[in-house]
Amino acid sequence: MAEGAAQTCRSREVGVQADPEAGPARPLALLSPVDYVGLRAFLQRVEEPVIRELDKNWKSHAFDGFEVNWADPNETVSCVHSLSYPEAQERNLQVTGVSWNATGAVLACSYGRLDDGDWSSEKSFLCTWNLDRRALNPHRPDLVVEVPSAIMCLAFHPQQPSLIAGGLFNGEVLIWDTSRQEDPLIWRTGMTDDTHTDPVYEVGWLRDSRQAHTFRVLSVSTDGKILVWQEERDGLLRPASGFALVQQQIPRSTKLKKHYRGDMAVGVTSLSFSHFEPSVFISGTEGGYLMKCSTAAETVALLQKGSSVPLRAPAQFIFSLHGGPIYSVSCSPFHRNLFLSGGTDGHVHLHSMLQARPLLSLQLSKKYIFSVRWSPVRPLVFGAASGEGEVQLFDFAKSSQKPSVSIRQTSNQSPIYCLEFNPRQPQLLAAGDGSGTVKVWQLSSDFTEEGPREMSHLDQLANEVTD
Amino acid sequence: MGGDRGMSNHEQGLAVLKQAEVEETLKRIQSHKGVIGTIVVNAEGIPIRTTLDNSTTVQYAGLLHQLTMKAKSTVRDIDPQNDLTFLRIRSKKHEIMVAPDKEYLLIVIQNPCE
Repeated sequence: MAEGAAQTCRSREVGVQADPEAGPARPLALLSPVDYVGLRAFLQRVEEPVIRELDKNWKSHAFDGFEVNWADPNETVSCVHSLSYPEAQERNLQVTGVSWNATGAVLACSYGRLDDGDWSSEKSFLCTWNLDRRALNPHRPDLVVEVPSAIMCLAFHPQQPSLIAGGLFNGEVLIWDTSRQEDPLIWRTGMTDDTHTDPVYEVGWLRDSRQAHTFRVLSVSTDGKILVWQEERDGLLRPASGFALVQQQIPRSTKLKKHYRGDMAVGVTSLSFSHFEPSVFISGTEGGYLMKCSTAAETVALLQKGSSVPLRAPAQFIFSLHGGPIYSVSCSPFHRNLFLSGGTDGHVHLHSMLQARPLLSLQLSKKYIFSVRWSPVRPLVFGAASGEGEVQLFDFAKSSQKPSVSIRQTSNQSPIYCLEFNPRQPQLLAAGDGSGTVKVWQLSSDFTEEGPREMSHLDQLANEVTD
Repeated sequence: MGGDRGMSNHEQGLAVLKQAEVEETLKRIQSHKGVIGTIVVNAEGIPIRTTLDNSTTVQYAGLLHQLTMKAKSTVRDIDPQNDLTFLRIRSKKHEIMVAPDKEYLLIVIQNPCE
C-alpha cells in the first residue's frame, strides 16, 4: 500500500546547514612567532609513529567491554527524600510541577489540581526545600508561598538560583524571588486583557536573542497563546512578544484534514525548545497534535483578540497525532533532531524533527503519560511519569521496547504528574504525584554514566526512515 | 628566529614553504579515521596549532603538558637511562595520544573504534 503525506507551509527563509569539516589547523590568536623549521622537523619525526598508533587504535578491540569501577557503583535506584507539605495534602492538593534551581540544591514544587476542570478559586502553594541543608525536614518546606489560584506549572530561572516562575489555573503568570522571605512575589501579569484566558500549562525561561544573559518568562496556555513577558514597572509583567496557534494556520497534512469554523485557537499544553537551534521549539497541543514552531516566524496570527502585541503564527511542521492531549515534550540535549512526546493516550513517541511519523511509539502506561524528560547526561536515557504512579526509566542501549527500570512511587495508584532530572547532580530525579508527595530518587550508576558508543547509537535511532 | 624582520626574500620564501609543509602534515593527521582534534603545544605548554575551539585547546594543552612532564620525570626517576617516548591515555570516550619532544608536544584525540 502506498501512502503519501504532504505538508505545506509558506516560508521565505532558506536554511543551509553544513557539518564542520576537519579543516586545516588554525593558528591561535595572540601567539608568539613560530619557528617553522623546528616545528616541521618535529612533525616529520612524529608523524609516522603517531599515524601508526592512530591506525592501531582505530582497529583495536582490546578495550571492548573493559570497565573500571572508580566509584562504588550504585546498584539500585533508591528514594533519598520523600517531601510533602501536610497542609496541602490535607486539602487533597496534587503536586503539579517540580523544578530544580540553578545550583541543583533547591527543589521547588507547586501544589494545585489537575483532575478538576472547574474554574477553581481554591488557594494553593509553592514550596521549596534546600536538600543540602543539614536540618532538612521533609514535611516542612524552607519556604511556603500561598497562591490564590491553583499553580499548574513552574520553572526556576536557568542562572539565578532564587528566581522562579509559575503559571496559574486562572491564566496568570507570577515570578517569585525565594530569597525574599517576607514577600517573595516580585512580578505578576495581573488580570489584564493580555493575560491568558485559560490555564497556563507550561512556563519556561527564554534567552533573549539580543542580550545573552537576559532571560524572559514564556508561558503557554490552552487559549492558544504562547506569550513572552517582560518586566514593566510596579511589579507588572506585560507581553514583549507572542504567538497564537490557530487551526487555519497549521501546516496541514493531507491526511489530517478536519472541518473547522471560525478562528479556532489550538490549545497549547506543552513546549520544549531545541538545545541546538534557539529559535526552534516543539509544541504539544490539547488536540494531540505536535508541531515544530519557530520564534523567527513572521506570519501574522489570525487570532489577535485581547492582545497588546501583534501575535505571530509559529507553526511550521506538524507531526502525526497522539490519541489525546500532549502534556509533555522534551527535546534531546544530545541530538538536534530528536524529541520525545508523552500523551494521555499512554504512549511516548520518539520523533525526528525531519519526519512526520514517530521513529518509535511506546506504550508505557495503560492510563496516561504526564511527563517525559531526557536524561541530561545519558544520551540514550529518558524518564517518563505514568498515570499508574510509576517512574519509568528507559534506556535505548538496553531495549527499545520496554523500560529498564520501573519504580512505583505511589501506593494508591495515584498518578505521577511531573518529573525533573537535577541538571547539576544527574543521579537525582524528582517526581511529584497526585497524593501531594515529591520523591527524590537516586539513580543507579548505569543511568548516570555514558557508555562508549552512545552518540553513534543515538545517530542511528535518529536516522531511521519512517515516512 | 621566526619573525619577518631581518629576513631576506629567499629566507622568507623558505619559511612560507616550511609553514605549508607543517599545515600539510597536520592535515594528514587530522584526516585520519576517528580523529577529533590535533593540537601542537610548545615547550612552555602554550598551544601553537589546533583544530579545536580555543577554550578546549587551552584546557587540553595545559593539562596534557603537565601530565606529559610528570610522566617523563616518572620514567626518568625509575631509570635515569630511560626516557618517555609516547603517551597514550585510554578513557571511556576517547584515546588521547601525546608525542613528546624537547621543543613540542603533538596531542591527538581520537574516538575508540566503531
